[in-house]
Amino acid sequence: MADEKVIKFPVEATHIMMFGRSIGDYAADGADPADVVAPPTFPQSVAQFDPDYFLRPKLGEPWFGSGRNPSGIEGKPSSSGRLHAEQHFEFERPVRPGDVLYVTTKDGKTWEKESKRAGKLVFSERITEYRDGNGDLVCTARGVGVTTERPVDQG
Amino acid sequence: MAVKASEISVGDTFDEVLVEDLKRTQLVMYSGASGDYNPLHSDDIYSREVAGYPGVFAHGMLTMGMTGRVVTDLFGHENVKKYGVRFTNQVWPGDDLKSQAVVEDVREEGGEILVDIKLTTTNQNGDVVVMGNATGRVDP
Repeated sequence: MADEKVIKFPVEATHIMMFGRSIGDYAADGADPADVVAPPTFPQSVAQFDPDYFLRPKLGEPWFGSGRNPSGIEGKPSSSGRLHAEQHFEFERPVRPGDVLYVTTKDGKTWEKESKRAGKLVFSERITEYRDGNGDLVCTARGVGVTTERPVDQG
Repeated sequence: MAVKASEISVGDTFDEVLVEDLKRTQLVMYSGASGDYNPLHSDDIYSREVAGYPGVFAHGMLTMGMTGRVVTDLFGHENVKKYGVRFTNQVWPGDDLKSQAVVEDVREEGGEILVDIKLTTTNQNGDVVVMGNATGRVDP
């Protein structure tokens, strides 16, 4: 049951600084870690701590980015085409360096829609809870992904 | 400095330039920091030849992260209670993005003063790329 997986997410000042720089938020640059608070979208970087995260290349395993050939994996079709439709975060308290979060994700609702620009769209929701070592809720994230029938028309 | 309740009213707007001429390198920075290494965002060959896009495009979460600066600049990082967005258009290298927050409500709840804002991030063509809402705690 993938849904039962708990990911341990140690929150570190340097990670927050690097994440901040990538979004143009320099609050953590040169700051004392005691004064640092993570940006509201930082919890998403729990991906770094998911041992099975499929969007990270792993040594010795095939990867679907380009190498000798454009697909990276001969004969394998492109990634699912799953795009991000919505993302929501709700905080019970701020996330700070030194926090160790225990993260679980479960499926939410799914629904379908027809679109002119990308064909049939299949939406699905994922709910992620971030709890501290006492089991107290720190943050809840709700993501909505959409799988498109074809790449989104740029016209 | 975070805003105070006494300094804002419903309908007030706050504008911020998020990025000018978005660089592919910033997409790589976001991939590295967030851990989302989807080649659609860092591998132009893959994005064009395999996935069928004109090239790499920004992670939705990068645009949400940049838009979140409006939220943290307004409230302070430690005061953000809620932040959510819908992604309405893709963001491409070379794009200029700006965001506007509109104050929708100033209210009291559980002994705190909360401010609700609506967020709209647009590109250089005026296309909306992200629409969102946020709630932050403010001092009187």
